[in-house]
Amino acid sequence: MKNFNGEILFLDRADINTDEIIPAKYLTEITKEALKPYLLEDLKLETFDPKKDIEGKKAILTKQNFGCGSSREHAPWALEMNDINVVIAVNFARIFKQNMFNNGMLAVELDEKTIQDLFNTFQGKKTDLITKFEKGIFIFESEDQRMEVPFTITDFDRSLITAGGWVEYADLHY
Amino acid sequence: MGKTIAEKIFDAHHVDTPSGDIHVIKLDAVFCHEITTPVAINDLVSRGKDRVFDAGKIKAVIDHVTPAKDSKTAEQGKLIREWTRRQNIKDFFDIGRNGVCHALFPEKGFVRPGYTVIMGDSHTCTHGAFGAFAAGVGTTDLEVGILKGVCAFHYPQTIKITVTGELQKGVYAKDVILSIIGKLGVNGATNKVIEFTGPVVDRMNMEERMTLCNMAVEAGGTSGICYPDMITVEYLWDFIKGDYPSKEDALKDFKKWQSDSDAVYDEEITHDVSGLKPLTTVGYKPDQLKSIEDMGNTKVDQVYIGSCTNGRIEDLRAAAEVLKGKKISDDVRGVLSPATPGVYKQALKEGLIDIFMEAGFCVTNPTCGACLGMSNGVLASGEVCASTTNRNFNGRMGKGGMIHLMSPACAAATALTGYITSEDKIQ
Repeated sequence: MKNFNGEILFLDRADINTDEIIPAKYLTEITKEALKPYLLEDLKLETFDPKKDIEGKKAILTKQNFGCGSSREHAPWALEMNDINVVIAVNFARIFKQNMFNNGMLAVELDEKTIQDLFNTFQGKKTDLITKFEKGIFIFESEDQRMEVPFTITDFDRSLITAGGWVEYADLHY
Repeated sequence: MGKTIAEKIFDAHHVDTPSGDIHVIKLDAVFCHEITTPVAINDLVSRGKDRVFDAGKIKAVIDHVTPAKDSKTAEQGKLIREWTRRQNIKDFFDIGRNGVCHALFPEKGFVRPGYTVIMGDSHTCTHGAFGAFAAGVGTTDLEVGILKGVCAFHYPQTIKITVTGELQKGVYAKDVILSIIGKLGVNGATNKVIEFTGPVVDRMNMEERMTLCNMAVEAGGTSGICYPDMITVEYLWDFIKGDYPSKEDALKDFKKWQSDSDAVYDEEITHDVSGLKPLTTVGYKPDQLKSIEDMGNTKVDQVYIGSCTNGRIEDLRAAAEVLKGKKISDDVRGVLSPATPGVYKQALKEGLIDIFMEAGFCVTNPTCGACLGMSNGVLASGEVCASTTNRNFNGRMGKGGMIHLMSPACAAATALTGYITSEDKIQ
């Protein structure tokens, strides 16, 4: 299994699309590694600078409809190459979410109120995510705050994570 | 309890239910292009599984950047080209025969009612216009599709949109789908199929239905879908006439792909389009809309007519009708990309290309290039483009550029005046 623990990057906006996650001009790359420097390059957010704020982050917390737009799997790959293997949001675009699990990465939905509570409590502070995958629990931890949040994913998504991705799963079953 | 068309298609293709509402379904067609397929090919090679489930069911094209613009895109083309030769994939469309995938593959008769189709491209939902379940997927799903001929989806929930009323002159399928996206929002149909039905859809030709279904994903939809009817039969007849004694027999067979009257929907919406006016997008999301008449003097630098949404012959006809005998503004760059060689040739035959060129348009080869800022019409920072494409995301057609989506007729009118204009303002 991939690493689902570490410092959180807060992206406080809904509808962050795949062109913002990885612009189309980099789709001419044929290796995942080449995408690493360009993650979130075109995302315009007041408190976000891709050159400074991605380094060292291992998880993303964001709002609604993350990953909308193109089907490009380059979006999760660009995250993966930056060692960000978990995104937590109110909800996701279908293809992006499937692409995450197909790569053995976690895309987890929490209800809107919980997400807002997490933003209110932790945004602006150095916050770590600890993932208890088997138990289905996230622990959010800053210097002065700690929150435990249960999460659920489907059994199928769980089996993709443990199999290492959809190719491995499909090869075994079909 | 009745079933929706999408449920019927799923049940007819069922392979496995690994858990809950996840269904693994058998695929009738796997489409491939040179942007999302090469990584899948390389991965299959590295796993020692360089093979395909059925070479006849895989169709491939180079369409996003063509001709290659640099060494990297040349490598992508080379990878998919050599793969199709190696795997004996006969339906491969290289330069000279290539066009925008979601316009080219329907033209070739590759999609039939009741089919299941995937492609590593979000606008694959276009093919639902034929009464198929057609969904965009990522590269890993594509890879498994290529290798095993299956894909996993949630069992489909459907939003039924009954389009009623009469479209006014100058209002097109593009305006209808923009207004529907405005109603649903950009994630209003996430994980759902959007079924387009009702008298307005019944009157639409296949190209208009493709425009509708093409943008289902802009509301988050997995697939758009229309019921097949005699219009579908007529469009496909050259490809299916060996299979049916008459068009009526084909229609009778196609009719099995229709939702039952007691089918259960996630949501049912009646959408009256009688009062609908020509629309365009503002901002960076396709659900942010304004009537063109409310746009004031919004100046544009470029007008782009093309893409899998609006690069088909009917679209070129509508735009040429507006441009005929006129010149575009000196301040505007007009770019036309007929979506396929077939569209291009037909437009030449009808004298449409002459009209575009006399008006001052540059006519490029068929390609997706400009729509996603890869080639053939990329915007500079601060530039504004009136475009017949499907996405107005920030940076989509070039970093710092602003895109206003609209119908081909309004794009043509805009090219003439230099600011966003509806067709009826042109004398």
